[in-house]
Amino acid sequence: MSTPSPKGQLTRDEVAHLAHLSRLAVSDEELDLFAGQLAAVLDAVAQVGKADVADVPPTTHAVPMTNVMRPDVARPSLPRDAVLAGAPAAEDDRFRVPRILGEEA
Amino acid sequence: MSTDITASSATALSQALQAGDLSSAEVTRAYLDRIAARDGELGAYLHVEGDAAIEAAEAVDAARAAGSDLGPLAGVPLALKDVFVTEGVPTTSGSKILEGWRPPYDATVAARLKAAGTVLLGKTNMDEFAMGSSTENSAYQVTRNPWDPDRIPGGSSGGSSAAVAGGLAPWALGTDTGGSIRQPAAVTGLVGHKPTYGSVSRYGMIAFSSSLDQAGPMTRTVLDAALLHEAIAGHDPYDSTSIDSPVPVLTEAARRGAGGELAGLRVGVVRELGGEGHTEGYESGVLDRFREAVTLLEGMGAEVREVSCPAFDLALPAYYLIAPSEASSNLARFDGVRYGLRIGDDGSRDLDEVMALTREQGFGPEVKRRIILGTYALSSGYYDAYYGQAQRVRTLITRDFTTAWNDVDVLVSPTTPTVAFPIGARVDDPVAMYAADLCTLPASLAGVPAISVPCGLSEGLPVGFQVMAPALADDRCYRVAAALEAAQDAARGSALLAGIGSAA
Repeated sequence: MSTPSPKGQLTRDEVAHLAHLSRLAVSDEELDLFAGQLAAVLDAVAQVGKADVADVPPTTHAVPMTNVMRPDVARPSLPRDAVLAGAPAAEDDRFRVPRILGEEA
Repeated sequence: MSTDITASSATALSQALQAGDLSSAEVTRAYLDRIAARDGELGAYLHVEGDAAIEAAEAVDAARAAGSDLGPLAGVPLALKDVFVTEGVPTTSGSKILEGWRPPYDATVAARLKAAGTVLLGKTNMDEFAMGSSTENSAYQVTRNPWDPDRIPGGSSGGSSAAVAGGLAPWALGTDTGGSIRQPAAVTGLVGHKPTYGSVSRYGMIAFSSSLDQAGPMTRTVLDAALLHEAIAGHDPYDSTSIDSPVPVLTEAARRGAGGELAGLRVGVVRELGGEGHTEGYESGVLDRFREAVTLLEGMGAEVREVSCPAFDLALPAYYLIAPSEASSNLARFDGVRYGLRIGDDGSRDLDEVMALTREQGFGPEVKRRIILGTYALSSGYYDAYYGQAQRVRTLITRDFTTAWNDVDVLVSPTTPTVAFPIGARVDDPVAMYAADLCTLPASLAGVPAISVPCGLSEGLPVGFQVMAPALADDRCYRVAAALEAAQDAARGSALLAGIGSAA
């Protein structure tokens, strides 16, 4: 496995693209700041590439577990009013969301 | 005893409450008074319960007066890191995106402590979403180290460490993803334990990096930590990673350890964490105190040898890929729909735009950096080289531990390479900030238990000694830590925290 060259890998444009993918409307100032800082961070973390990991399996979790089950017993859910009380907007006993289509409905 | 309440161990308070020498209301008022007097300077709390705490305390006193069978924790006040959701009590995880939110339920650990009769004093400050090592990434306030108000209290559980060290709570819960219990405990002169991954429920703990996050005690004494740990441990069907095994007996291990008999205990000193050829970035005062503590253990009969764990050198880069990757996924839940902040929903913007504006205004810079880094590390084309490679390094680190357990019972190291650094010293340099976690990351990645116990002062500031043990052998951490604590207290003639007022 080859390690991508880290230096300069994260350009300002690339940070902007990643921010968009992450739904972060970052400002121009933040882009300038993050591009430099993240290049330094990436340079540091790219050291993982030094390890010889041929035939080493990945660890996703410290406790190996699969298909954890608990009894399928009905229990009360949280009261609707209690849940909606924490929502930024609610209407007709539901979460109210901004429009989901790109054009004016 | 009233003048000593806020300097007492939680165990001593528990005994005084059970003996009827103190009421919970008295104890709780003493802490609330001290918070009112000192927290303006320290900034440990994001929310203080006030009247609600007094009411809870009076209810315990009434139950005790009525002859109810109460457990040892009943009536003892407590602070919770603001990462634990608490029903009806503001919970922010240190972020503006959750400002004003009052959760509709309790985290499992909060519910267990409530059921045990503890009195919640308030919620403590933290780095936003537990991302940081100084609590300077809190969206709300700076928290100061009670040993020196110009220095950081550690992080991310820095509100909890400042509260307990400053006498603003008898004990507190923190959470540890890469060192966030142990490092703040070390730099404030406290005991802090990260339990075996999976042994304490994560249900209701606002997630940062789910394969690493673990809650644990931050206390003035090793015995207090064991007592609080026992109260929160145990299987929880609401956490699918929760280990279904009996709650370990830790107070017994702490009491036994305090006896100072360590004959036959095999202690491994990790070369890669401050040993020969690996001292760069470590302060000499920290290494001196560490070596003196190792000598103390030898004097109590422990067999000490050096152990090499070569993969530990790569724990920091592996962690700063794995944790941001998991965080970028976990923090997707903050979408401005179900709870928390929503920005720009004026009818002219669609869901994606509102989400992006909400997250832009709701998250601070470190959270954004980690989301962006994690998104990058998980992207197609980079996944194998970054996230995948880090996961394989994680396996190598676990193997180093497994190999070490063939020869030793515990591994030891300094908890942090330096004492508490000045506020502001590392805020603009993320890589320098990450170095504070150098010694704590291996145990996090392997999921093994690790405790930090004070081992003296360097330049007037506390130094932490870390003890790591195999998974589910948390009792060994408590035994060794208690031995060290007892030996040092005896030599000093007082507890380390008693010297807090006379620090430089």
